[in-house]
Amino acid sequence: MTAHEPPGVSVSPTPPGFKVELGRDRPIRLDCGVELGPIEVAYQTYGRLNADRSNAILICHALTGDHYVADPHPITGKPGWWSELVGPGRVFDTDRYFLICSNVLGGCMGTTGPMEINPATGQPWGLGFPVITIGDMVQVQARLIDHLGIDRLFCVVGGSMGGMQVLEWAQSFPERVFSAIPIAAAARHSAQNIAFHEVGRQAIIADPDWCDGNYLLEGKRPHRGLAVARMAAHITYLSEPALHQKFGRNLQNRDTVAYGFDADFQVESYLRHQGSTFVDRFDANSYLYITRAMDYFDLAAENGGVLANAFRGTRTRFCVVSFTSDWLFPTAESRAVVHALNAVAANVSFVEIKSDKGHDAFLLDEPEFHATLTGFLEGAAAHRGLPRAAKAVRP
Amino acid sequence: MMMVMNNGSLRVDLRMIADMVEPGSRVLDVGCGEGALLDWLGKEKNVDGRGIELSMAGVSAAVSHGLSVIQGDADTDLKDYPSGAFDYVILSQTLQATYEPRTVLSHMLRIGRRAIVSFPNFGHWRVRLHLLLNGTMPVTDTLAYDWYDTPNIHFCTVRDFVDLCRELGITVERSIALDRDGKAMLLPGWAGAANLFADQGLFMLSRKG
Repeated sequence: MTAHEPPGVSVSPTPPGFKVELGRDRPIRLDCGVELGPIEVAYQTYGRLNADRSNAILICHALTGDHYVADPHPITGKPGWWSELVGPGRVFDTDRYFLICSNVLGGCMGTTGPMEINPATGQPWGLGFPVITIGDMVQVQARLIDHLGIDRLFCVVGGSMGGMQVLEWAQSFPERVFSAIPIAAAARHSAQNIAFHEVGRQAIIADPDWCDGNYLLEGKRPHRGLAVARMAAHITYLSEPALHQKFGRNLQNRDTVAYGFDADFQVESYLRHQGSTFVDRFDANSYLYITRAMDYFDLAAENGGVLANAFRGTRTRFCVVSFTSDWLFPTAESRAVVHALNAVAANVSFVEIKSDKGHDAFLLDEPEFHATLTGFLEGAAAHRGLPRAAKAVRP
Repeated sequence: MMMVMNNGSLRVDLRMIADMVEPGSRVLDVGCGEGALLDWLGKEKNVDGRGIELSMAGVSAAVSHGLSVIQGDADTDLKDYPSGAFDYVILSQTLQATYEPRTVLSHMLRIGRRAIVSFPNFGHWRVRLHLLLNGTMPVTDTLAYDWYDTPNIHFCTVRDFVDLCRELGITVERSIALDRDGKAMLLPGWAGAANLFADQGLFMLSRKG
């Protein structure tokens, strides 16, 4: 997958993707009241922007995702998190669409966040970084879209926290979003989800190597805390049937339990592996900030307690997708969004995909999910006046 | 997953419904299945169509075909829609499967300027004869379920339906008797002929006043 440089953009070609400085003249006013700028934004693109700039799709990544949607990850070397969906003739057909994904504000893969240097002090931001919201992330993305010279996105799509950003885009910039696909998402973070996030944050904070957030200055990394946070979170991304199918009560490289606290069970070993590989690619303070942003997200509260008010008068075409076994962002949350959209007679499709893979299903090979995306995009493209697929779309 | 949907393949009774819809109008099809009617209306009459469908398979097929369809249910989801949002709300062969047909009908005429409703007529002579002669619940082409597994929980006759419309203050703008193939029937002129001979009733309704 090669990246094509969008017109009129200067780039620094280090790891794959681009980097741009935004908001030098006009800082971004964050929800917490702080003015932040300039901001560096790392992003990646696939496909080509058409002449009338009408074929751009913004992909919003999830909590621990990044803009390497279809590139090998520069640290882990693993394929991009949606590489199955991106390419010629695929769901996000790079022969037809111009795909953009940027690392979120507060992230740790190149966009301004707590591990980057605060220009005012010359030191890493650490806990001096302002607390950010999903709305702030979207403001930054909007600046990037301005910078790329795109007035109106053909589609904004994302799963989980990415889906929250999609809903935020539809609320804040309805005229700039022709179609929107919030996947496995919600219009607010539930009490249970805030609770899980708090467990993760406390695990990080309890690690002595966190050093009150100053670990970068101290030359340390709170690897144990961050790994535990990841292990707890990872359970919420799966489902009981998926865990059972994959591991059952199988033992790890042994015939009998060892009467100790080693990883006797395969599921323990798996989680430890998930935790230990995560710390190589993610920053602990970023994890604190981004989980906080998700916790604060409540689109109804921002609109006088009525979610429908977030979408009043919208002309965006919506496709809401949930998965049957997702207990982190259960179908009821998607349905609440659908009800709000119906209440303003919005153009909405809603599909609950049957899957036993839990929340992570949106990242996995789910043919019915992919067919839904393809069909919805096809319908939206016809209404947007984009050319049809050249050939039969790969199933 | 692409469905083959063209003019020729639209079921006859759906074509009857489609003919009642003005070009360029806004349509909500409740119980839209895989969206054959919506697809036809979009292509042939430039209709801005939305659908509600209970079965996941139906929704998935419709959305994969580029139609705006939500997974939902006439009994629970109609209340969300604002009044006057559509020109037509269509309920084809579904009224008898709803828990509260009366409420559904009221919502349809709140949401839409007009409602188009079709349902199997339980007053058909074959149904009557079946019950009279066999003494068992009728199973016919249009009512092809046994009593214990039928989704159809609120059967009515053409006359029942007209009575309900009167009670709810609903105007019957058009009524068409359909035969078992979904074609319009020529009926004798006497009252009650439709109730005796129609396999299905097809009605276009509007609010009084």
